[in-house]
Amino acid sequence: MTTAVGTGLLTRFALRRDRLRIPVWALSLSLLFLYAVTALNAVYPTAADRQVRADLVSSPAAVMMTGPGYGTDDYTLGAMVANEFTLWVVLAAAVMNIVLVVRHTRAEEESGRAELLRAGVVGRRAPGLAALLDAAVANLAVGLACFVLILAGASTVDGSGITVADTAALCLGIALTGMVFAAVASVTSQISEHARTASGAALAVLGVAYLLQAAGDVHVEHGSWVSWLSPVAWTQQTRPYVDLRWWPLALAVALFAALMLLAVRLTARRDLGAGLLPARAGRAQARPGLRGPFALAWRQQWTSVVAWGAGVAVLALASGTFADETGDLEAMVEDNDVAAQVFGGGDLSDAFAAVMVLFMVLGIGGWAVSSVLRARAEEASGRLEPVLAASVSRGRWLGAQLAVTAVGTVVLLVVSGLALGLGEKIGGIDDAVVGRLVLAHLAYVPAIAVLAGVAVALQGALGRFAGLAWALLAYAFVVGLFGALLDLPGWALDLSPYENVPTVADADPDATPLAVLAVVALVLVTAGFAGFRRRDLAA
Amino acid sequence: MSTAPAIEMTGVRKRFGTVLALDGLDLTVAHGEVAGFLGPNGAGKSTAVRVLLGLLRADAGTARLLGGDPWKDAVALHRRLAYVPGDVTLWPSLSGGEAIDLLTRLRGPVDPARRTELLERFELDPTKRSRTYSKGNRQKVALVAALASDVELLILDEPTSGLDPLMEAVFTQCVREATDRGTSVLLSSHILAEVEKLCDTVTIIRAGVAVQSGTLAGLRHLTRSSVRATTSGDPSGLATVPGVHDLTTAPVPAADGAPAATEATFTVDDDRIGDVVQVLGGLGLRHLVTAPPSLEELFLREYGDPAGTGAGTRADDAR
Repeated sequence: MTTAVGTGLLTRFALRRDRLRIPVWALSLSLLFLYAVTALNAVYPTAADRQVRADLVSSPAAVMMTGPGYGTDDYTLGAMVANEFTLWVVLAAAVMNIVLVVRHTRAEEESGRAELLRAGVVGRRAPGLAALLDAAVANLAVGLACFVLILAGASTVDGSGITVADTAALCLGIALTGMVFAAVASVTSQISEHARTASGAALAVLGVAYLLQAAGDVHVEHGSWVSWLSPVAWTQQTRPYVDLRWWPLALAVALFAALMLLAVRLTARRDLGAGLLPARAGRAQARPGLRGPFALAWRQQWTSVVAWGAGVAVLALASGTFADETGDLEAMVEDNDVAAQVFGGGDLSDAFAAVMVLFMVLGIGGWAVSSVLRARAEEASGRLEPVLAASVSRGRWLGAQLAVTAVGTVVLLVVSGLALGLGEKIGGIDDAVVGRLVLAHLAYVPAIAVLAGVAVALQGALGRFAGLAWALLAYAFVVGLFGALLDLPGWALDLSPYENVPTVADADPDATPLAVLAVVALVLVTAGFAGFRRRDLAA
Repeated sequence: MSTAPAIEMTGVRKRFGTVLALDGLDLTVAHGEVAGFLGPNGAGKSTAVRVLLGLLRADAGTARLLGGDPWKDAVALHRRLAYVPGDVTLWPSLSGGEAIDLLTRLRGPVDPARRTELLERFELDPTKRSRTYSKGNRQKVALVAALASDVELLILDEPTSGLDPLMEAVFTQCVREATDRGTSVLLSSHILAEVEKLCDTVTIIRAGVAVQSGTLAGLRHLTRSSVRATTSGDPSGLATVPGVHDLTTAPVPAADGAPAATEATFTVDDDRIGDVVQVLGGLGLRHLVTAPPSLEELFLREYGDPAGTGAGTRADDAR
């Protein structure tokens, strides 16, 4: 096994580089559980309260956002936590693993740093193995932190149904699913020369896995065979806090082993820095259109817009087709005052659409933030320098970057709106108005502009910390998905730019918040421009 | 066009945190002149270049570029200059040819015939993706983009650090052609031979301040050869020979049948080497080694405090 020489040293090095990232991920995810346990206990103190909630989460939109719905006939606190939060922690853990593994494998090769390491006494497989071990430590940290904090939160609650064994299964499931996606990222890292493509492909796999679970769970309670195709589903299929079974976790172990072997074989077959797909020759001369900073930025980002557009279209189309299942819910709402209150007493398919739209625009906000952060990458890599040295003003360059972000965002919003509307029509909602859904998406433009504005202001004025925009997006995600469930106070909701936007379910939408958001975004962007014109360029 | 200096920096300071990168730098490049900008690593060459390009803002002092302010008039001035960085990073998704076209178009109109000619002379394949280029080839991309435009000023920051000797010769030829058209050139480098080949004037920078500047002929005294000679006679009289500096002598004991002798080490101005060899001949010369000094040796001798303390003390002394 000389091909693995140096794995230990590289693993310690990777952990050294991740000494902040891993604790932040572990703490964020486990604190979400802790908060869930304590807040749900406060908001739904009695079994009757929880039963109302259990009826609500059987709607298709809710199933898409939760899971197979185990324990809804006796909705204990444990069942509630497992049913409503597991999916999101699993998805977040998967993202964490993809980010970590790509960062330590393909990104290192692309930057040329891996060459320096591999020239030392380091085997061919060592960097890949070290990345997986680094991910394993991260998953262990996430699992342990969740295990401790769930039990700590539940220790003050009587009759929660939260036992040590069930909690162990839940947290092990999260960690093992994390390992599966670490292995997925190890495989996608072999295919392309670019780190961005590697993480994009792994995220696409995650998206498909999510859709499979959602489709299976929506159509059959507790999931059809389609759900079982998705690694994302296996943690909840252990039925923690309801009727525990361990064997679904064996599926995760088996898939991880298979993917890891595949990644190791692929590594052995290729050159350092090369992908499995051959690099194509480029054009000898640029197209006439490639003549300004906007054209350059668009050239760098259009593939990302297309890839995201495809992903958004599939997700929105599939979600739209689930809308007709709301029919079963109509009867329930008529009999149930509490349920009616939650859905605002309005049209149920509108309520469903509002949730779906929010879900889509949160994702599209992620694209917008990553697009703005391209400006940071251009500056940090030194590629901005020759552009500014070639008679382009700073304002024009930053403006071009943001224009691409704006165009891409609007394109994605329109695609999502059209696909959701089309999906609803296919799903049998005859009175679905596609134009209204597109408008409902576009209403989020000012909110996304605030998100992007935070990144622009930080990057422009300080030249760093722009990544904090991700924290605001994560906050908006938590508030958007759990705000109502956790009965968060109004100011906490308002802190998320997304919560201020009127939805399709609003009977009497008010445009004032949009104007406020637009002004906030404008101030942030202006501050970013002013700072960027004034400061030194980062090397 | 005007005959004002292409570049004029007076007393320019730039501090990064606790590090004083430029400590009152003076630098002048006359119109139509090729100016060498010499200094060891970390001396502040690239910082000075980036101040001139308006990428960094000077803390104090004045900088003029082609008669304008490099910070305020950056965009207008950049139409009239081209820049080659020492460490070229390109857009991974673009081919070399596309990167060249983009960079030249950002500046203004370009002569396609000259682009083709330069690609041939530098033997650069423009269809390769930028990320597959070696350091030298990335540098060629930047050089072709800079040389293909008709500009008044070329700012070249260690432009040949990745080029092989053949390509370095092509580069030298291209710069000469540019100066024949009246282009001014600032050539930052730490390779003395390259500067000697191309430059009319030289400014030497160390720890953020210009320590020597003038015409190359005027700075000839910097390019002394170091000599190690073993003689049977007493060489201490060499100290009085014009052009000889830093003479030290050491006795060489008799060994292996060779009689005792004296070893002298010293440096000598290049134009005096003939006189010195004559004197050595009269002293019973047995062994002679001469070597042209490297730039680093020059620095060690001329400005001989140990590297590292210079910047630190200067930063502390700075107002």
